[in-house]
Amino acid sequence: MSEYLKVTNISKSFGKFQALKEASFSVNEGELVCILGPSGCGKTTLLRVIAGLEEQSSGQIIQKGVTISDLPPDQRDFGIVFQSYALFPNLTVKNNITFGLQSRKQDVSTMESRLNELLSLIGLESHKNKFPAQLSGGEQQRVALARALAPSPGLLLLDEPLSALDAKVRQFLRLEIKNLQKKLGVTTIMVTHDQEEALSMADRIILMNKGVIEQIGTPYELYSQPNTSFAADFIGKTNLIQASKISDSKVSMLGKEFECSVPVLQSQVTIAIRPEDIKITQNPNDVNTVQGKIIEIEFLGSYSIGQVEVSFNNQKEKLICHLPIDNNEVSNLTKDAQIYFSLSSNSLKIVT
Amino acid sequence: MRKSRDDYLTIFFIGIAALYILASLALPMYAILSKSIENKDGLFIGLTNYKYYFSNPSLFYSIYNSLFVSIITTVISVSLSFLFAYALTRSCMAAKPFFRSVAMIPILLPSLLAGIALIYLFGNQGVFKELLMGKSIYGPIGIVIAEVFYTFPHSLLIIITALSIADARLYEAAKVLRASPLRTFFTVTVPSAKYGIMSACFVVFTLVITDFGIPKVIGGQYNVLAIDVYKQVIGQQNFEMGAVVSVVLLVPALLAFIVDRIVQKKQVSILTARSVVYEPKPNKTFDTIMFAYCSLIALLILTVVGMCLYASLIKFWPYNLSLSLKNYQFDLMDGGGWDSYYNSIKMASYTALFGTIIVFTSAYFIEKARSFRGARTMMHLLSMMPMAIPGMVLGLAYIFFFNSLSNPLNFLYGSMAILVICTITHFYTVSHLTALTALKQIDNEFESVSSSLKQPFYKMFFSVTVPISLPAIFEIGIYFFVNAMTTVSAVVFIYGPKTTLASVAVLNMDDAGDIAPAAAMGMMIFYTNAAVRIAYVLITKKVLVRFQKWRYKT
Repeated sequence: MSEYLKVTNISKSFGKFQALKEASFSVNEGELVCILGPSGCGKTTLLRVIAGLEEQSSGQIIQKGVTISDLPPDQRDFGIVFQSYALFPNLTVKNNITFGLQSRKQDVSTMESRLNELLSLIGLESHKNKFPAQLSGGEQQRVALARALAPSPGLLLLDEPLSALDAKVRQFLRLEIKNLQKKLGVTTIMVTHDQEEALSMADRIILMNKGVIEQIGTPYELYSQPNTSFAADFIGKTNLIQASKISDSKVSMLGKEFECSVPVLQSQVTIAIRPEDIKITQNPNDVNTVQGKIIEIEFLGSYSIGQVEVSFNNQKEKLICHLPIDNNEVSNLTKDAQIYFSLSSNSLKIVT
Repeated sequence: MRKSRDDYLTIFFIGIAALYILASLALPMYAILSKSIENKDGLFIGLTNYKYYFSNPSLFYSIYNSLFVSIITTVISVSLSFLFAYALTRSCMAAKPFFRSVAMIPILLPSLLAGIALIYLFGNQGVFKELLMGKSIYGPIGIVIAEVFYTFPHSLLIIITALSIADARLYEAAKVLRASPLRTFFTVTVPSAKYGIMSACFVVFTLVITDFGIPKVIGGQYNVLAIDVYKQVIGQQNFEMGAVVSVVLLVPALLAFIVDRIVQKKQVSILTARSVVYEPKPNKTFDTIMFAYCSLIALLILTVVGMCLYASLIKFWPYNLSLSLKNYQFDLMDGGGWDSYYNSIKMASYTALFGTIIVFTSAYFIEKARSFRGARTMMHLLSMMPMAIPGMVLGLAYIFFFNSLSNPLNFLYGSMAILVICTITHFYTVSHLTALTALKQIDNEFESVSSSLKQPFYKMFFSVTVPISLPAIFEIGIYFFVNAMTTVSAVVFIYGPKTTLASVAVLNMDDAGDIAPAAAMGMMIFYTNAAVRIAYVLITKKVLVRFQKWRYKT
């Protein structure tokens, strides 16, 4: 895989507010990378800097070996789809899609065939003479995508492309965009605040918080090996527990000793553990086992989410865990029940 | 970042617009300010002119009189228009479109015409002279009545806007909490329209204190500041003193403008996207009272217009009441004859055409350009300035600036072009705000999309921005046209022998005692404006709809 885009130390300030701090990453050819983060984390600013719609305060961007960070947007090679789609309301689907084709000295027949190719790609052949207001949200989204792809850009930028749609349409389009992207092989950067969207679509995720890139990795890496408490907490649900070091492989938390399969390097650490890694057990003497009281149960169909309160040394810590529904042995899982649960040594992650 | 072709074009256009504003607004205003601190030979004499002016006791009468009529008019005009707006937005009375149209009539007339109508109604030979019980219409009474007539629609439009943004949820809450209608009125209606009412007060106050046409026609011996400027310049050819009074006149107008801007900023924050539109429910008693009130106001407005129409059509008031078109033979009177009327049509058309182009393109760059933030903010502030400058002050400033022999633009003096430029500048701000409002509704990412598709911005501008904004563009054009037809205050100083205007002819004929022909010329302006308005409504209904198909779902 060859490197297509290289972003080095990009910073951006608006007055005193620093929206981006030294962001660096690279994107390989044909890859779909998601920039994920909560609102206000700088992800959209980063995308706009890549497009040239905002000027970076410092840093450099190289696309296919060419430094583009000094070029205005119309001299860069990209197509973009905005959250609002920004479809031209007074132009038909056809004229929207061909807007970027007209001055490229293409003759009418090439343009026509490109238009038909794109229309069939998004499955809207019969809508080409309609105006955007006459299309559904999902259809508008696909027209915006076709318009961005029409001049065959090397890089596709998507700014929250699905957030304006209903949940059902969104799920469907998620797959469709991903398939389309793989089919065309166009290198794509997508900005989203929806972790599920990022996990399901991205080849790699760039996780951002407060203008800083927290972690870069495949969806699986980010979920299973979060580096920071922010990463652990933002992607999926997680319990964050303060612990102190006993030895390289042991920590003390929740009033007990726990074995830990990753080396403990500092004296005080934060342990992240996923709710699904908390296992209910009948045997209080197992390693890494602790007792707690169920204080809340939330029924979710295939499983329940329980809040368990662990009391130790006059302190209380609340943990969330998954509770099985159909388990005869532990059918006593009700509110106020005292249970034992184990936190296996390899499910304990140390985060900063 | 390196500049793109679009950036260079943007710099070019902003530069042109900046030069235009410099020549049409900033430099003339500088000229008038510097004139006020010079003597007749053009030497700097500091504040001597001001000292001389302020040592003159008659000045304080003018200031007092100006404030007096402005405040009284503001109170009456805003109260009457509030009630009218309330009837239009909150009742279910019949004939709302009719009342609304009638209330807008004064905008289509030169303000002087109201004064002329009052002379016919209450003057020495007036129809209803007895109603004044011996008091004279020439003076503050006449000024106030005529100014109320003239300012009514301006105030009404602002208050209608303020009242129609009412949030129905607040009224439902008041009802659920069992508040009485009166309490609801004072705790919900008034507070939410508060900023609109204040804004209307400032607009009316500024219009009155800077207006000189009405006091000129019906003021008699009652002096106001605006008349002082006119007398100093036209009467005594004392330009330095004219400049001094202008600067004095600028102060209240500027103050009102600044306060209004601050108030307007607050107005925005009370609007939310979630508000539910208030729909009035029928209430027989209330609707009847409102209908009666609106009928009365409509009757008064129609009386004023009807009186002018009648006066323009009779042979010799009040002795020979047979109908004739004698008064429309303008070529037999002072004031420039029919040529004035044709000049006005020409001037209004040019103003509408070039004004709309200049305002809309400048507003586009101010709102949508990607960079040059500082220059754009500066341009916006300058575009807001004309609203604070009384027309007379602007006209006088144009004399000082363009009549100077050292000015390379001197050739414009006395031409049609200077009238057009002056009128565009005079009515710039409202048009600018209309354009800005329309442009703000357009997605800001259009420019980004266009440049990502490697298309020049002007392609986007002509194929998307302009078609989408057509309703606003037409609105601006009409606004320019109607105001160019009726305006007197700025152009009265700068028209030339070959560029006499209809609105100025009304003034001059009235001055020469030809009141009936003055009324006739005023009515010509009214017919023209009414025809243009009606044509506009028909065009928007029939033609624009065809171009706006994309707005509708099916």
